[in-house]
Amino acid sequence: MSHLADAPLPAGTPTAPSPHPAGPGPGQHAMDPSRLARRSRAQTRVRWELLRNLIRKDLKVKYKGSTLGFAWSLANPMLLLVVYTFVFQIVLKSGIPRFGIYLMSGLLIWNAFSGSVSSACGSVVANANLVKKVRFPLAVLPLSAVGFAAVHFLLQLLVLFVVILILGYNLIGADLLLLVPAGAVAITFTVALSLLVSALNVRYRDTSHLLDVALLAWFWLNPMVYAFGLIQNRLHEWTWVYLLNPMAVVVITFQRAIYDPGGGSTGSTPVQADPGYTFYLEHLAVAGAISVVLLWVGFHVFRTMQADFAEDL
Amino acid sequence: MARHSSAYQRGAASPPWGRRPAAPRGPVDGAAPAGPAALDPAPRDPTALDPTPLDLAPPSYPEVAATPPGRSDPWGVPGANGAAPAGGPAAVDPLGAPEQVGPGEAVPDSAVVIQGTGVSKRFVSYHNRATSLKERFVRRGGPAGDDFWALRDVDVTIGRGQTVGLAGANGSGKSTLLKVLAGILRPTSGQVSVQGRIASLLELGAGFNGELSGRDNVYLNASLLGLSKREIDRLFDSIVDFSELRHKIDDDVKHYSSGQYVRLGFAVAVHVDPDVLLVDEVLAVGDEAFQRKCLAKIAEFRAQGRTILFVTHSLDLIESMCDRILVLESGSLIYDGNPAVGTKLLRQKLGSLPAEGPVSWEYATVRPQSVAFSLDPGGLPMVQYDPGERLTVSVELDVTEGAPEQIYLHTYIVGQSEVPIWMMETPPGGLAVGPGRHIVDFSIPHLPELLGAFAVKVHVSDATTGAPVTTRRFEELFGVSGPQADGLLKVDYEARLRG
Ligand SMILES: Nc1ncnc2c1ncn2[C@@H]1O[C@H](COP(=O)(O)OP(=O)(O)OP(=O)(O)O)[C@@H](O)[C@H]1O
Ligand SMILES: [Mg+2]
Repeated sequence: MSHLADAPLPAGTPTAPSPHPAGPGPGQHAMDPSRLARRSRAQTRVRWELLRNLIRKDLKVKYKGSTLGFAWSLANPMLLLVVYTFVFQIVLKSGIPRFGIYLMSGLLIWNAFSGSVSSACGSVVANANLVKKVRFPLAVLPLSAVGFAAVHFLLQLLVLFVVILILGYNLIGADLLLLVPAGAVAITFTVALSLLVSALNVRYRDTSHLLDVALLAWFWLNPMVYAFGLIQNRLHEWTWVYLLNPMAVVVITFQRAIYDPGGGSTGSTPVQADPGYTFYLEHLAVAGAISVVLLWVGFHVFRTMQADFAEDL
Repeated sequence: MARHSSAYQRGAASPPWGRRPAAPRGPVDGAAPAGPAALDPAPRDPTALDPTPLDLAPPSYPEVAATPPGRSDPWGVPGANGAAPAGGPAAVDPLGAPEQVGPGEAVPDSAVVIQGTGVSKRFVSYHNRATSLKERFVRRGGPAGDDFWALRDVDVTIGRGQTVGLAGANGSGKSTLLKVLAGILRPTSGQVSVQGRIASLLELGAGFNGELSGRDNVYLNASLLGLSKREIDRLFDSIVDFSELRHKIDDDVKHYSSGQYVRLGFAVAVHVDPDVLLVDEVLAVGDEAFQRKCLAKIAEFRAQGRTILFVTHSLDLIESMCDRILVLESGSLIYDGNPAVGTKLLRQKLGSLPAEGPVSWEYATVRPQSVAFSLDPGGLPMVQYDPGERLTVSVELDVTEGAPEQIYLHTYIVGQSEVPIWMMETPPGGLAVGPGRHIVDFSIPHLPELLGAFAVKVHVSDATTGAPVTTRRFEELFGVSGPQADGLLKVDYEARLRG
């Protein structure tokens, strides 16, 4: 759905810009009021096409002429997989079977989240020159940061799936459908926070520093390198507090969907929260509600603050 | 050449150099001023609040009309927003007006493209503003003060197809006004609405990303302005040809020279089919060939009926290119109207008009104190005349001891660029004057068919020896206006198609 569909520019109409006007005269530039309004809106609304172009541009800048760089960014998590498997499974003996897969099934979405939020945070400031000189829908800046991370995430997820299948672990099944609601919550939450911090960071430049610290701590509030069972064992009936963190819910759902502990699950600490689905769906609903509220706040803050971006930059 | 926008000159003709022209300025050809109802053809669906990021159409809130001025579309870029002007009961169409507005319905006044009402802009001093979250929460609300008003209550209405020059001294608020109109800065108060696609070249440069190649920047910029990839593909060659940067187009723009940077920016701005082109003093860095090209392009746009507002310090350019001038002084609009008059006013303000003769008039023995214009000697002062009308130019002289007994007066009527238009002198032999005040009246029974604003320059000399006593050029202007738009002379002619 591109808003541009609303504003076609049929070639040959008198309004089409022509480098060599046949004979300049009044009225060459048609001024249909509703068309003007449409064009006004096209300049002020977030459009898919624009977002797509921005994401493509970001990819282009990041991997300027190096396909190797791109391949590396995909292989990177897999290398981590090997290292962490070695450290946690062999050296530290964490007791989580197939630790690498466990880690990756949660870490990829976390990385996408934290990568999105931290690059969105600087996105408006980094594009100061555009913000100060061109009239365009400013929200595309944080949104394209999210899109950029999302593209990476999807490709990395694909690689992870391939690795799982090569290793011969269980992957294909109804569990995978959990990825849909979990992905939706993750996107909502990520966009919400991205809008919020990108707007705040324009006026309050220390936002990005605070965010970095927060993300560092937040990492440990998600059961990625430890088993969720550990939390359940400690917190008992207070586990819900832990799960107020939407990312924790997203992470455990991703693990439930992708990770298969195999038969050799060691007794004491269950690695996964629940063998069924309802547990996840219920918590996703709560996390989704939190995310939607936060999204509203994010929209609101961005909307209020964007008018002053050009002045604050 | 067809001129389709001269009516405002007539509108402003009453006192063309009044500090605040009385009549509401602008609407072309007597078109009704745009009321609030005239501004929003956009369908607004109050239920469109869809927070999912997947529907990126911005939510429209019913309370839009209550949002601060100029920021009516919640997702709109601040300020200028043709789609949704703030305020006004009709700003939110209760019916959710359909996109197609029938010709019989109240259509927006398409003649008005840019409208700013009571636009003010205050810059908050940095010292008064929290610039970190820490400050925000630790040190709440500092002492107010030191704020700076860059624009004060500026009203502008620019009609479709007008080419308007924006002039003023450094720091007078030109760039600020342009940014407010472009929707980049939010006005502190007042409302702005702009209809159509705006392409802007603000303050030395386009919005380019230095890390990207020229090619990518062209795509990025055009895409931000609302063009689709296909449209850009179609225009790309034309843009590159216009900028004459084909050999550089794949280099990063951070390595461009400032002229090359502006070339590319201008090329993009004029190729994206803008309805409104806002240009801030960018032509200066281009070489002469490119400047010519830009001016030709602006002339072409003008002929196509697009709206152009440009800031320049080249007043000659305004005189030759614009239908109209806006002059800003310390953030206030002090003149809006005829370019010839406005540039003259500004030149006087800037002190660039040639000053007095041999002896400064204040110290001369015969001091031309003032000049007045009226129909008849001693009549009511008037500044605006029609061709063929009577005019009396009265020069008041203050004669002190030691002045020549017989003096001789040359009075020049000067036009644009101090060109003398005609000269009037006192009868041979001179005037016998004693100490005291004297008034010399020059009566013209029929003003020639001249158009423009004119000033008066008086030379005083000793009638017996011929030695100059003093010269004074008065700031006061009188205007002669006729029904036709431009030029200095009214000439009778006939235009006929032959063959
Ligand atoms: N972001 C800002 N913060 C504070 N003051 C500002 C800001 N931007 C502009 N000003 C002030 O507003 C006034 C008007 O500035 P503006 O840039 O509009 O002037 P200008 O007419 O374009 O001048 P010039 O001819 O030099 O380009 C100046 O005094 C300037 O210092
Ligand atoms: Mg300026």
